[in-house]
Amino acid sequence: MSKNLKQAVTDICQGCDNDRNRLMDIVEAVQSQFGCVSGEALDLIAGAVSTTRVEVESVVSFYAFLSIRPKGEVVIRLCDDVIDEMKGSDEVAEAFRGELGIEFGQTTPDGKITLERTPCIGMCDQAPAALINDVVITYLGADQARHIVRSLREHMDPGKLVSRRGDGNNADDLVGAMVHNNIRQAGDVVLADMARGAGIRKAIVMTPVEVIRDVKTARLRGRGGAGFPTGMKWEFTRGAGGDKRYVLCNADEGEPGTFKDRVILTEQPDTLFEGMTIAGYAIGSDAGILYLRGEYAYLRPFLENVLSERRENGLLGENICGKDGFDFDIRIQMGAGAYICGEETALISSCEGRRGDPMTRPPFPAQKGYLAKPTCVNNVETYCCAARILEMGPGWFAQMGSQGSPGTKLLSVSGDCHKPGVYEVPFGIKLSKVLELCGAEAPIAVQVGGPSGQMVGPGEFERTICYDDLATGGSLMVFGPKRDPMKIASKFMEFFVEESCGYCTPCRVGNVLLKERLDKIIAGKGDPEDLEYLQDLGETVKFASRCGLGQTSANPVLSTLKNFMPCYEALIKAPQGALRQSFDIQAALSSAKAIAGHASTHYQE
Amino acid sequence: MSETITFTIDGVKVQGAGGQTILQAAQDAGVYIPRLCAKEELSPFGSCRVCTVLVDGRPQTACTYPIAEDMIVESDSEQVAAIRRDIIDMLFVEGNHYCMFCETSGDCELQALAYRFGITAPKFPYMFPKREIDMSHPEIFIDRDRCILCARCVRASRDLDEKAVFQFVGRGPDKRIAVNAESRLVDTNIDVTDEAISICPVGALIRKKGSYAVPYGQRKYDHEPIGSDIEKARKAE
Ligand SMILES: Cc1cc2nc3c(=O)[nH]c(=O)nc-3n(C[C@H](O)[C@H](O)[C@H](O)COP(=O)(O)O)c2cc1C
Ligand code: SF4
Ligand code: SF4
Ligand code: FES
Ligand code: FES
Repeated sequence: MSKNLKQAVTDICQGCDNDRNRLMDIVEAVQSQFGCVSGEALDLIAGAVSTTRVEVESVVSFYAFLSIRPKGEVVIRLCDDVIDEMKGSDEVAEAFRGELGIEFGQTTPDGKITLERTPCIGMCDQAPAALINDVVITYLGADQARHIVRSLREHMDPGKLVSRRGDGNNADDLVGAMVHNNIRQAGDVVLADMARGAGIRKAIVMTPVEVIRDVKTARLRGRGGAGFPTGMKWEFTRGAGGDKRYVLCNADEGEPGTFKDRVILTEQPDTLFEGMTIAGYAIGSDAGILYLRGEYAYLRPFLENVLSERRENGLLGENICGKDGFDFDIRIQMGAGAYICGEETALISSCEGRRGDPMTRPPFPAQKGYLAKPTCVNNVETYCCAARILEMGPGWFAQMGSQGSPGTKLLSVSGDCHKPGVYEVPFGIKLSKVLELCGAEAPIAVQVGGPSGQMVGPGEFERTICYDDLATGGSLMVFGPKRDPMKIASKFMEFFVEESCGYCTPCRVGNVLLKERLDKIIAGKGDPEDLEYLQDLGETVKFASRCGLGQTSANPVLSTLKNFMPCYEALIKAPQGALRQSFDIQAALSSAKAIAGHASTHYQE
Repeated sequence: MSETITFTIDGVKVQGAGGQTILQAAQDAGVYIPRLCAKEELSPFGSCRVCTVLVDGRPQTACTYPIAEDMIVESDSEQVAAIRRDIIDMLFVEGNHYCMFCETSGDCELQALAYRFGITAPKFPYMFPKREIDMSHPEIFIDRDRCILCARCVRASRDLDEKAVFQFVGRGPDKRIAVNAESRLVDTNIDVTDEAISICPVGALIRKKGSYAVPYGQRKYDHEPIGSDIEKARKAE
């Protein structure tokens, strides 16, 4: 085994030119071949890429899909996020545990199957869902879970668990997934037909500066959440100087409740690659990277194939579309289970083969990004919009949507509604209209923008979805009358605790403290002063954290305090006499009682 | 000569050199901005967030943020102090800090900061984590209970000692300091004289010999709060 390991690791490292920057590719390959990156492997890799063992260990220990200790040949990762829980993941979890005879986090004694939990895998519209190695299983039930375990015991081949294939390209042999697109409403921009090369051909008859001008005229803003003007970002990156620049596409899609990029990658990969190529032309870059979340590994062969077709069609490679000196190509970088890697500077760290720690800003990626070169990072949907703007013209784009937010937006709708799925809507649409479209019955709350966004109640359903009102990267979770906003907030806090990179104090510690106090209140042990405590602590975390994760992670608490105060008040009781709700006098007296041999005369049970 | 930059800190106009961070420029001007992960001889890291200030109204870390002409910095306000107190509190409850019998007591920067901010007990609940202690080395030990994850040792070992003995493993609340060996410090090439050990701001990296040698009353922060040396420079001017 050891000799095999040595040879295999050497080969893998050589295949990556023994390049320290490709450490992610290396450790991912070792993990998939050997089920772990063992201590011995750490030493071998460190030697090959000329770094220290603890550096490699530092990277491996950061990502949820990598491990130093051996995992089973097959790893079952059940999504237990909010939406899945609503759809019955508890019963599925019970079934997996029962059938496997192990707890979550454990491996069967024969070393074959490992059972784990995972946050949102981007399948909320078909929850409960699980990843079995790279294979996605949707619409899970308890019976099916038991059946899966029995089948795996027979053949140990997750691929064989795909009983039926989904619609559209999910049925393509290169995807072969049981995933459904659930496109409920296609719009004119992103989920529309586009001929290969139609945008690039328009772009290359213009100068790069003119291309950027078009994107600016269309007033395109980033679709990944922050909403930064795309044309300006491209201009900064182009203007940053130097000999080399990079185009990065953020397909990490980790915000719970978001899955629209999954659908774009499945149905419109050409539009995306077209947009990245145009960005390459505009900013003067010859290299692009698609950072694909590990959960979407099942799409990789299909996407690689689209890339090679585009190379054959002269849309990638050298002298693209016959344009002298316009060279551009795209590689795919796989993530490995870390929400923080969707943060653009953490994404760059990960692409460089390091821990997904965000970087210190300034400098910004446009000045100093991937390999310290100017880098433009955009969301999947943003590149698609750019491609269509070049194809159809900025005027065509700008007349859609609302004044401050032109164009359309893809929404990922999930939760308590009849038609969960992807909706491409014009910006400026009222939330109530979306709720009507998706068939939400009497919702009591909607989480707009994922856990990092805000939870709004019925009083705010007439607000509009756009950058100036209810901004969202696309996640809309609908909660019906049976749901409890505070328990949902607690679940979201659990997510942030697990996904914090741990670099800075307020986020690493503050989220744990927020969750502790929220849970205390939920347990009926809240004191009146806990409300102010939560508010102040939440503001400290927001104020002092280093990156967007910590700057928004208190939102589940802050937005429920703002919009669902009656829920808190119903649980918090004023102190009874001199004692606080949280103080259990009988427990405090128990040892004294035992010594004295009788109950307290003051505090009767 | 680098260009001179004029900016305002707490209403006072100060001058610094181009390329300096707010923390450095303020320090040269005799203004102490509290810090833990920052250290003159190390590259900025920006993890503890104790040096948070408002730059033109927005929170930034003074140890990483470059000064610019006409920038307005707010450091000495009740709002900023409240944030800093919270962060210091968090560092206390996150670990196990038994100051009363810690070797570094009186010389510890975390403890000294807490005193400077008037903190006698944290307002957050203790987390009482279980963390490993490494006594394997004959002359040095690691007490992770007191580690504040500031990465001073990581940077010092890499850049000053040129060894890279330390690095972090794990993420989020599970993040911890690790050594370049299977698990034990004794299996690394660390030396008792390494900068990485003396640079630890708390009692997490300790030289075994010579503990408790300095009597009470003569320890580093026994008489004046941390930062006084910097502030005295201003008063002397
Ligand atoms: C914790 C965190 C996670 C993020 N995840 C994503 C993501 O999965 N996809 C994405 O496009 N942007 C994500 N972002 C936003 C990116 O940092 C960045 O703003 C975006 O990729 C820029 O692209 P855009 O301008 O096209 O929106 C995330 C930000 C934070 C703070
Ligand atoms: S805010 Fe959270 S995720 Fe961001 S750097 Fe700090 S610890 Fe890491
Ligand atoms: S051991 Fe000391 S120097 Fe190293 S990270 Fe911990 S507190 Fe900082
Ligand atoms: S797939 Fe489980 S919440 Fe998204
Ligand atoms: S001293 Fe600036 S963040 Fe630690």
